[in-house]
Amino acid sequence: MLFIRRYLIPRLIQYVLVIFVGITAVFFIPRLLPTDPVARTIAELRSRGSYLDPASIDAMVADLTEMYGLEGSSFDQYIAFWQRLFRGDFGVSFFQFPTPVIQLIKAALPWTLGLLLVTTAIAWTAGILLGGVAGYFNRQGWSRALDVLAMVVRPMPYYVFAFILLLLFGYIFPLFPVAGGASIGRQPSFSWPYISDVLRHAFLPAMSLIILGVTAWFQTMKLVVQNLNAADFVQYARFGGIKERRIVSRYVIRNGMLPQITALALLIGQIFSGALITEIVFTYPGLGTLLYNAIMTGDYNLIMGITVFSIVAITTAILVIDLLYPLFDPRIRYN
Amino acid sequence: MKVLRDLLRDYRFTASFIILCILLAYSSLSFFSPIDPTVWVAIARDQPPSSQHLLGTDSRGIDIFWSGAFAIRNSLIVALVAGVVSRFITIPVAMLAGYKGGMTDRVLMFISDSFLVIPLFLIIVLLAVLIRENLSLVTLGLLLACFGWAWDARVIRSEILSLRERGFTQTAILSGSGTMQLALKEYMPFVTPLVFATLINVMAWAIGLEITLAILGLIKLDIPTLGTMIFWALSYQAILLGRWYWLLTPVILSVLLFIALYWLSVSSSEYLDPRSRIQRVGQSLRA
Amino acid sequence: MDKIILTTRQLKAFYLLDIHGRQKVVKAVNEVELEILENEIYGIAGESGCGKSTLLKTLAAVVEPPLRQLEGKVIYHINGEEVDVSTLGDEEMRRLRWEFVSYVPQGSMNVLNPVVKLKDTYHDFISSHVKGKSQEETFRMAKAYIAELGLPAEIMGAYPHQLSGGMRQRVTIALATLLRPKIIIADEPTTALDVIVQRGVMQLLKDIQQKLQNTIILVTHDMGVHANVADRIGIMYAGKIVEEAPTEKIFSQPLHPYTQFLINSLPKFGDKTPRQSVPGSPPSLADLPTGCPFHPRCPQVLDICKEQMPAYIAAAADHKVACWLVEEENGQAA
Ligand SMILES: Nc1ncnc2c1ncn2[C@@H]1O[C@H](COP(=O)(O)OP(=O)(O)OP(=O)(O)O)[C@@H](O)[C@H]1O
Ligand code: SF4
Ligand SMILES: [Mg+2]
Repeated sequence: MLFIRRYLIPRLIQYVLVIFVGITAVFFIPRLLPTDPVARTIAELRSRGSYLDPASIDAMVADLTEMYGLEGSSFDQYIAFWQRLFRGDFGVSFFQFPTPVIQLIKAALPWTLGLLLVTTAIAWTAGILLGGVAGYFNRQGWSRALDVLAMVVRPMPYYVFAFILLLLFGYIFPLFPVAGGASIGRQPSFSWPYISDVLRHAFLPAMSLIILGVTAWFQTMKLVVQNLNAADFVQYARFGGIKERRIVSRYVIRNGMLPQITALALLIGQIFSGALITEIVFTYPGLGTLLYNAIMTGDYNLIMGITVFSIVAITTAILVIDLLYPLFDPRIRYN
Repeated sequence: MKVLRDLLRDYRFTASFIILCILLAYSSLSFFSPIDPTVWVAIARDQPPSSQHLLGTDSRGIDIFWSGAFAIRNSLIVALVAGVVSRFITIPVAMLAGYKGGMTDRVLMFISDSFLVIPLFLIIVLLAVLIRENLSLVTLGLLLACFGWAWDARVIRSEILSLRERGFTQTAILSGSGTMQLALKEYMPFVTPLVFATLINVMAWAIGLEITLAILGLIKLDIPTLGTMIFWALSYQAILLGRWYWLLTPVILSVLLFIALYWLSVSSSEYLDPRSRIQRVGQSLRA
Repeated sequence: MDKIILTTRQLKAFYLLDIHGRQKVVKAVNEVELEILENEIYGIAGESGCGKSTLLKTLAAVVEPPLRQLEGKVIYHINGEEVDVSTLGDEEMRRLRWEFVSYVPQGSMNVLNPVVKLKDTYHDFISSHVKGKSQEETFRMAKAYIAELGLPAEIMGAYPHQLSGGMRQRVTIALATLLRPKIIIADEPTTALDVIVQRGVMQLLKDIQQKLQNTIILVTHDMGVHANVADRIGIMYAGKIVEEAPTEKIFSQPLHPYTQFLINSLPKFGDKTPRQSVPGSPPSLADLPTGCPFHPRCPQVLDICKEQMPAYIAAAADHKVACWLVEEENGQAA
């Protein structure tokens, strides 16, 4: 079938290749740099004031070398690296020794996944709908007003925007908790008090991701729709006196949505990075905060693990979106 | 002159032009600064704003007004290095891919797609963790340049493809001389506006990442930049201590800078190409 | 006398463009006078860019910025009543679409919503114009009609990109005639098709017109098509109708020098001499020459042509023309 050959296979190849290239890069970048993670770790320990006698340093170097998978030639290391990855083994965290990295990631993942999925879904959908309607009625006052508003919000980087929300609603008007994923000491359960507590904690990080996301999707959708307004099939529908509501929903939004699906696939990595940064601002207990702690403690293995894991996760997400795309575009489905 | 007059009709251009002029004037004051913003406790610490210290001093005994001037200058240096150097990757990649097509195109676009798809932020963090103490302004700029080229290469390549479709000359492939040179000669005039518009976006992205990395403590913290100013304000609990001016100075400066750069990019690219606006999808979803 | 279905009076519709503060006015429809009759095929011919499509837009009352109707009126004669379309509200006008005036587009390639099946497109048109129960009825009729036009019934379940060009154009014609409109506006309905398919599609349009006894306003720059199907022809040049007459007259005794060029450029059977095309290039509608807009290209140009626009006069009862030469002939004859 043409669809499989032209659409499916290239995407699967791309999937495997991106993972391969990405992880290989992650493996080699540190090895090509002049710094040595083992020496670094020891220097870090020293700078924290620990006294280390020469013998224990030697022992430590050996330990660390083994732990970081730095034994043997680069090639041996590389092979061993992949072997461990396939076993789901990312090594152990150095500063939460000897907890395996994968276990830390597993604990943090649900928070990030929940935050990311919910906010992306809301932001994407709302942005598409708003942008679609505003793009169709782009000569109206309210549509232009939204434009100006988007112009102000859009350029904010994740960190700065999250930070402004934190200042506004955490300190000036302290309406929401500013840190953590749930109140300390609360036991996770399927009860309303716990769920509402989680939602309250998620509110500010979610809001900052949603507002930035909606703005961006709004703008791109509005641009697409403004061009679609001139498309033959929209003009024809108007010429044919089709009701405006129908034109907006079935003609304009339905078609304008397609490039946004592709864009979502292309941008999911950046959205993910944004979520990590936002988590850091609000010390939300997901991968972002895990990463932050890893950076602060110089936990090289953990940073590596998060990076490799994220590459696989995001590439997979992209593959899933790409595979869903034909459901929305019959031109790909039947060709 | 006429171009400038036309551009000034756009409120966004006018506003960004004015803001940028003010910020540039402010940052150039740093060349006449009476203080060295890297020297701690040369003056009294934690002073509120006064006629002597316009924005007060911070807990390290550094004048906030003057370190703001240095911060803008330094953040702009990072941005310019990242922006300009990334052009040296963007332009050849886009030209080769768009011009040669076929396998070259596929390979180059695969590479740039991989850059788009992979969570670059994490890779940059990984790198920054390893070279932390060597991460000066210029190295940071260079590092970001290595990562900030991919999106633009894609945008410029598709512009070249559409130029080719519209039949803007095909001589080079036959004549056999250096592809790159010919591609540059033929397409550069047409894509220069795009190169410029995307350059501004990369600059804004670089400034944003500089701030993020600085707050994570991943660059040299004694250089005053917008990011390091925020880092110190946070690490001294400026909010809890009620020293708003300390934290708000870098925050407001960076917000102004982001808006100005974005509006400049949007308005100038709309001016250059009113129909198919260049303002594309990924610019500020970038982390 | 034949009944009139559509009239324009001194119709002026310009594109008002603001290119970074500089005003540009494209005079695409300039003082057009038309009286189009019931049950006729009225052809409009002219070079590319002379304003044909824009004229059709104003006739169909789809005037949207940057296009502006500056002067004049478009009048529909609905059940004997004269209705100035500019006085209609959005909803009233929306109802008239497809029920009174419908449209066959130039290329059917991109006019059908690419992401829904044809039956959904049909539903969109029907549900926007027909109320309640008769919707089902209309849809059933539509399917019967499709079969009648020689299209397989399964195409209702197909997506536009799955049809051939000719099929798609038939589908749009079927759509345009679905609600039996009084006027069908067709903008180059066959230019995108290959020659053999073209003939079939034109024949289809003609058959439908015969059956419905309605009016088709047909734009094409193919004079051969006009010769075959049009009852009357208006020749358009630089936003103006410069000559109008019944088809035989346009071909047998064209009065305007521009029309003569158009006729002479038609290939004639057995004639191998190279075809004579109009010399020079069409004027920019944003910067028209003074006087008769054709004068820079006219082989018979007179002094007065450069100064003054000739009036649009009746050379005969059914033959109107705007050219100084013609007035002279009339003067001599009188
Ligand atoms: N949306 C628009 N904005 C500005 N100018 C326009 C627009 N549409 C058409 N024009 C201009 O108006 C003039 C008439 O265009 P129109 O499309 O009516 O010509 P036409 O006779 O239908 O040509 P063709 O045979 O190529 O279809 C042209 O000079 C064209 O450049
Ligand atoms: S008016 Fe003059 S210029 Fe115009 S067509 Fe007639 S003769 Fe030619
Ligand atoms: Mg046309």
